[in-house]
Amino acid sequence: MNRVVVVGAGPAGMAAARAAAATGVEVVLVDSAQGLGGQYHRRAPESLGGNEIPPIPGVRHLAATTVWALEPVPGGHRLHLRTGPADAPGRQATVLDTAALVLATGAYDRALPFPGWDLPGVFTAGAAQALAKGQKVAVGSRVLLAGTGPFLLPVAESLIGVGARVLGVLEANIPVGGWLRDPLALLAGRAKAAELARYVTMLARHRVPFRPRTTVIAAHGTDRVTEVTTARLTADWRVRPGSERRVPVDAVCVGFGFTPQLELAVAAGCRLAGEFVEVNEAQATSVAGVFAAGEITGIGGADLSEAEGVLAGLAAARLLGGQGETPRRAIAAVRAGRRFAAALDRAHPVRAGWQSWLAEDTLICRCEEVDYGALCRAVRDRDAIGVRSLKLVSRVGLGACQGRTCGRNAADLVGGLDPAGLARRPIAAPVRLGELATTPVHPNERDTS
Amino acid sequence: MRVRVDGQEKSALPGQTVAGVLLAGGRVSWRTTRNGDRPRGVFCGIGVCFDCLVVVNGVPDVRACQRVVADGDEIRTQLGAELPGSAS
Amino acid sequence: MVVSVAYSDVVVVGAGVVGAACAEALSAAGSTVTVLDRGAPASGTTAAGEGNILVSDKGPGAELELARASRSRWPELLAELREELGPALADVEWEPKGGVVVATSAESAAPLAEFAAAQRAVGVDARQVTPAEAAELEPHLTPRVVTAVHYPEDAQLQPVLAATTLLAAVRHRGGQVRAGVAALGVERGANGAVSGVRTSEGVLPCGAVVNACGPWAGAFAEAAGAPIAVLPRRGMVLVTGPLPKTVWHKVYDADYVGAVTSGEAGVQTSTVIESTGAGTVLIGSSRQLVGLDETMRVEVLRELARKAVALFPVLAGVPVLRAYGGFRPYAPDHLPVIGADPRLPGLWHATGHEGAGIGLAAATGRLIAELVTGRPTHVDAEPFRVDRPGVLL
Ligand SMILES: Cc1cc2nc3c(=O)[nH]c(=O)nc-3n(C[C@H](O)[C@H](O)[C@H](O)COP(=O)(O)OP(=O)(O)OC[C@H]3O[C@@H](n4cnc5c(N)ncnc54)[C@H](O)[C@@H]3O)c2cc1C
Ligand SMILES: Cc1cc2nc3c(=O)[nH]c(=O)nc-3n(C[C@H](O)[C@H](O)[C@H](O)COP(=O)(O)OP(=O)(O)OC[C@H]3O[C@@H](n4cnc5c(N)ncnc54)[C@H](O)[C@@H]3O)c2cc1C
Ligand code: FES
Repeated sequence: MNRVVVVGAGPAGMAAARAAAATGVEVVLVDSAQGLGGQYHRRAPESLGGNEIPPIPGVRHLAATTVWALEPVPGGHRLHLRTGPADAPGRQATVLDTAALVLATGAYDRALPFPGWDLPGVFTAGAAQALAKGQKVAVGSRVLLAGTGPFLLPVAESLIGVGARVLGVLEANIPVGGWLRDPLALLAGRAKAAELARYVTMLARHRVPFRPRTTVIAAHGTDRVTEVTTARLTADWRVRPGSERRVPVDAVCVGFGFTPQLELAVAAGCRLAGEFVEVNEAQATSVAGVFAAGEITGIGGADLSEAEGVLAGLAAARLLGGQGETPRRAIAAVRAGRRFAAALDRAHPVRAGWQSWLAEDTLICRCEEVDYGALCRAVRDRDAIGVRSLKLVSRVGLGACQGRTCGRNAADLVGGLDPAGLARRPIAAPVRLGELATTPVHPNERDTS
Repeated sequence: MRVRVDGQEKSALPGQTVAGVLLAGGRVSWRTTRNGDRPRGVFCGIGVCFDCLVVVNGVPDVRACQRVVADGDEIRTQLGAELPGSAS
Repeated sequence: MVVSVAYSDVVVVGAGVVGAACAEALSAAGSTVTVLDRGAPASGTTAAGEGNILVSDKGPGAELELARASRSRWPELLAELREELGPALADVEWEPKGGVVVATSAESAAPLAEFAAAQRAVGVDARQVTPAEAAELEPHLTPRVVTAVHYPEDAQLQPVLAATTLLAAVRHRGGQVRAGVAALGVERGANGAVSGVRTSEGVLPCGAVVNACGPWAGAFAEAAGAPIAVLPRRGMVLVTGPLPKTVWHKVYDADYVGAVTSGEAGVQTSTVIESTGAGTVLIGSSRQLVGLDETMRVEVLRELARKAVALFPVLAGVPVLRAYGGFRPYAPDHLPVIGADPRLPGLWHATGHEGAGIGLAAATGRLIAELVTGRPTHVDAEPFRVDRPGVLL
């Protein structure tokens, strides 16, 4: 119980673990991935020419370990862990109790549905990035990127780096520099501005066209994507009639911002602020002994995540008697980062016109193959306007991904669905029934008291 | 390392994921959906969407983008919903 | 905000399966009906139920009689609604698949056989089968079966579809279903009887109110000035990933029978395993007295998993995708509460169905309609009356 446990080894979680360990308390860092780094610092394995991130001094890292459930226990929380090859039966089961928990579970790409988005060859932008960085593979050789937000730019760079030809970057909002007009954000994001300028140069050097107010509205092909339809958009993202173009591609990557990975925070009972975990200035959530950092508290990039991690790690350690100096730099970085994030958010919203790209038979829920028509019928004919009833009537969100992909989009389409209800997944990652049936071991019986 | 993909021998490197091996070999899909029989492969790439499911060593519902290959792994296409241990 | 002042003969509070069934039956009987729910329709306990329509788990007595009446009413009702609403809107995934109760130890074999014999004596179709016959009914069942009883009458439907179909019929007949409207109490007329329901959107004038608030029925009854004892009993269900057809009937362990009628605190699990129309397997459910605490307990899930794997070893390798839970509403004597409140003319209760509200809804709705409209009842309503010991507070 008397230890800091950090879930997620991305920029936020690593910083939290490091900051907590620096105070001398016991720290355990858990991540389902093989190595440290999370999304931003993802590395390829050595066999593919990558180099691993070195261990953090004073931190016990549990790699390839998934937190599949979290429950309150007297004095703190209990994490239920599975260690071993992903989705293999018979992974090792352990439980870990902690009085000072830091959740840094990050976020994943939001993809908007459009006709053909379920064809193989349609990826999220993050998938292209993860495969390029982590596996040194290009998702295609003629690739189009579409969506909104500056994240499309590093993805273009990575794709070029692994040999893909990037046919274009389609930004559904106004040009990527738009947020630079916000003076406060400019102040906050000087480093970001430089980074952005670098990407713009990179696109120009590789002759990658950047098209504002444009997106992919359909993918075509029989057993994989072979062509897409692009279109110019109005300010609220309706298609400008006559602007449709067919483009031959073998891959298309889409990313419309990010959705926080909330299941553990929701299981802990943390209050949400809108879509994200609500935190105070010390990154404390509404639940005693639970802190949150990084993109589960808002989307703002790796630097902000890292700075929040420092604050969360220190606050968690202090709860256990750890001593550390006030992290002034991190506090300033969080303040500046949040301003920048807010400006980013204003410049790259998802606008309602995307709903007009849908056809009656466009899948909304990919897992259960529920199309737009079926969703509309559930609402219209059966008044399925609550999270539970909508799921059980239409089967939206009841499949393998448990609504991670479709939940946000269904919420927009139906309106008024409770975000916490959508993120309620008491089983945070699948376990095999036989695994669940076995009793876990307490690794440190002596200090779980 | 050697693995088999739908019966064919393939070489793989330590640290590669099943999806990494399959995509590097030019495959984009290795699963069909249970209702529409639609082909699927990687979508999110980070273990969130469960579109990349594949059968590894007789166990279905393994996320190819998350599973790191081990020497001798027997990997095969997943056809709709499968029961562990059953031959396809 | 426009306050609806249209008069309803009956306001049903609660749009779960029980409220929906009452509203359907009342509207079929010619009443103008308004259904209120403070949340979304069919999103309470009903969305947590498994949809078992069981006769197999009930011993001779009043509840079994209600269950049998409901079991025969459901398919009849669904056929009527198919005529009225069309096949899509009347589809509730009805499956008269039958149940198989197994004993895997000598200790549970004898009580199971006795229980089945008692049920047979009152007319339940309960067929004792050999382990070999059980294996034929359920090819993946553990070979450890000592004896089993096959109940061909057990059936299943999808509770949210069932409730929303019933509510669609109410709307189709001109009734109203109002989501997001909380009932806060009742208004009384000069004669002391109910004259309206006080809601978060003003007063709805009416001639009668049906309290179908499920586990919150006690709270509404109290707000109405006529408290009754309805307690919550936590239940959790595990859901696997979709599978090819693996489980054909509702299969459960003989120890279920003990759990249903027990009033002990703590956790009890008894494993009912069944596949759904979508291909998933539901494993439920636990019974826990923890008030309205929603916290998920892994130990409870583990117990369900253990029992499921023991009955169907093949399920060991199957992924568990989700777990969900709800609160079964029960009265201290574990019988439903269906009838008039003796203290407040015009107030009716239809609640306390515990782990069988989905199965019992069809007959409950019919019974309420009969009672409210003063017709002869199709089952004996006496055992469910409100003024019985322990229920009136
Ligand atoms: C696929 C992808 C690629 C990205 N690439 C870049 C990029 O190249 N450049 C850039 O600027 N931004 C990138 N981003 C944006 C990026 O998410 C953030 O800027 C940054 O990584 C956020 O840091 P974080 O610490 O909040 O979370 P993350 O880096 O997302 O780390 C969260 C970690 O939590 C772990 N985790 C989550 N749930 C559990 C659980 N239940 N059990 C165990 N572990 C768990 C995950 O495995 C993950 O490693 C990417 C985003 C995505 C989705
Ligand atoms: C895990 C589990 C498994 C189960 N399995 C089965 C099964 O297989 N078969 C079976 O027959 N039964 C089963 N049950 C039991 C069954 O689900 C319940 O008996 C049944 O759903 C109760 O229905 P209801 O309409 O009374 O309550 P609910 O569905 O809870 O409906 C009550 C409604 O009242 C509303 N409400 C409450 N207070 C107010 C107010 N003041 N104003 C307005 N609205 C209000 C609520 O929002 C709610 O929607 C199970 C229960 C659980 C928990
Ligand atoms: S691609 Fe989404 S889970 Fe593997």
